[in-house]
Amino acid sequence: MPLKKMLLSAALLGLFAVLGTALVAFTYENTRERIAQNERDNLLQSLHALIPPELHDNDPVADRIEVSDSALLGSRMPQQVYRARKNGSPVALALTAVAPDGYSGDINLLIAINHDGTLAGVRVTGHHETPGLGDRIEVARTDWVLGFSGRSLANPAPEKWKVKKDGGVFDQFTGATVTPRAVVGAVRNALLYYQEHQDQLFGYAPDAAAPAAPAPEQPGEGKPMTPENTHG
Amino acid sequence: MADKTLGQIAGDGLWSNNVAFVQILGLCPLLAVTSSVVNGLGLGLATLLTLVLSNVTVSAIRNIIRPDIRIPVFVLLIAAIVTAIELAMNAWFHELHTILGIFIPLIVTNCSILGRAEAFASKNNIGRSFVDGLTMGLGFAAALVLLGAMREVLGSGTLFDQAHLMFGEAARALTVTVFADYKGFLLAVLPPGAFIGLGLLIALKNVIDQRRVRAPQPAPAAAGELAAE
Repeated sequence: MPLKKMLLSAALLGLFAVLGTALVAFTYENTRERIAQNERDNLLQSLHALIPPELHDNDPVADRIEVSDSALLGSRMPQQVYRARKNGSPVALALTAVAPDGYSGDINLLIAINHDGTLAGVRVTGHHETPGLGDRIEVARTDWVLGFSGRSLANPAPEKWKVKKDGGVFDQFTGATVTPRAVVGAVRNALLYYQEHQDQLFGYAPDAAAPAAPAPEQPGEGKPMTPENTHG
Repeated sequence: MADKTLGQIAGDGLWSNNVAFVQILGLCPLLAVTSSVVNGLGLGLATLLTLVLSNVTVSAIRNIIRPDIRIPVFVLLIAAIVTAIELAMNAWFHELHTILGIFIPLIVTNCSILGRAEAFASKNNIGRSFVDGLTMGLGFAAALVLLGAMREVLGSGTLFDQAHLMFGEAARALTVTVFADYKGFLLAVLPPGAFIGLGLLIALKNVIDQRRVRAPQPAPAAAGELAAE
């Protein structure tokens, strides 16, 4: 009987849809916290690689604000700023930024800037560059990105913040100029952003719920420097 | 379909019906990630795991699935398995996931998984499907590693570069610099190099197969054929 057969098939298909969804949902529920924890640990680890833990006594992951500046930070999405302080005075901050002009789209960066405007370090946190060529910006592959440490807008002068091919001081890779050019440009822009907004960046109270743009709040007002519900 | 021995199933998977070289399946991930040995091995291992799990699952349910809905059911199961593997890996093998993570969604695009489910696992018992998934996966992984090695040597002049990403710091010593001061051969690293490399490897396999056919048949095989007649 065709109708009966059809109904049976439909029921079986539905059953397997439920089973498949249940499998994914079950795995998701059981891994969600571990994955979130892993990602937090990773973030903290990268922050500590750039800003040594002995230089500050707060929790930069907690002392976070969100900012947005599509021109200088490369994305219309809000970017994170993690602030490191010692005895309440600013030491350094690490901000996420995007180099929108990579060879294959966005290159995500974590840029740490000391309070005096020198770079504490730069790391690439995500990209889609050509394997074997553009991926040499990863610290796991070459030391290229370490060359930013200690640089600032005065070292080299802003017009020299380019790859060598464009008349600047930074090395490009054989066969890949677009990728390093994009990263150099993004780091320079982040330094410019820092120069313009330095006081606000350290001044704002940490975001709990994270508005899209920094709200002009009084520093320290109401909220403690390291709120307890930080990992929400 | 004549019942094959487990040895024949393994021979099919590893050589005579190799996923990459004979079935020419799974080319999208194959060509995309084989720019180095380590990348090839990473995708190969992840695909192997998926093939084994999907083959065993499909084989286990083969008797309750009606033929008219088998394809959507297989697709559902494979998608669920791949997603679950990715989540579990992210949770318990986070280091490995940061390296392989980008390959895992690519596995869904690998039609060899569905191909094996449909052509083999839906018609064979769990043990045989397991062997089929395992050897097909190993054959695919071997193809990925071979192509990766070829492109890495030609393109960058190294072998096992970045091995520490997968096997830890101790594996850093595995890296072999084949040509010192190599300038790099860009074509081999870029996608055209993948197509040319795969073409050369398939040609090589065909040459080997032809040589074996032309060589005088060993006596036991000939006797076996006579007996079959």
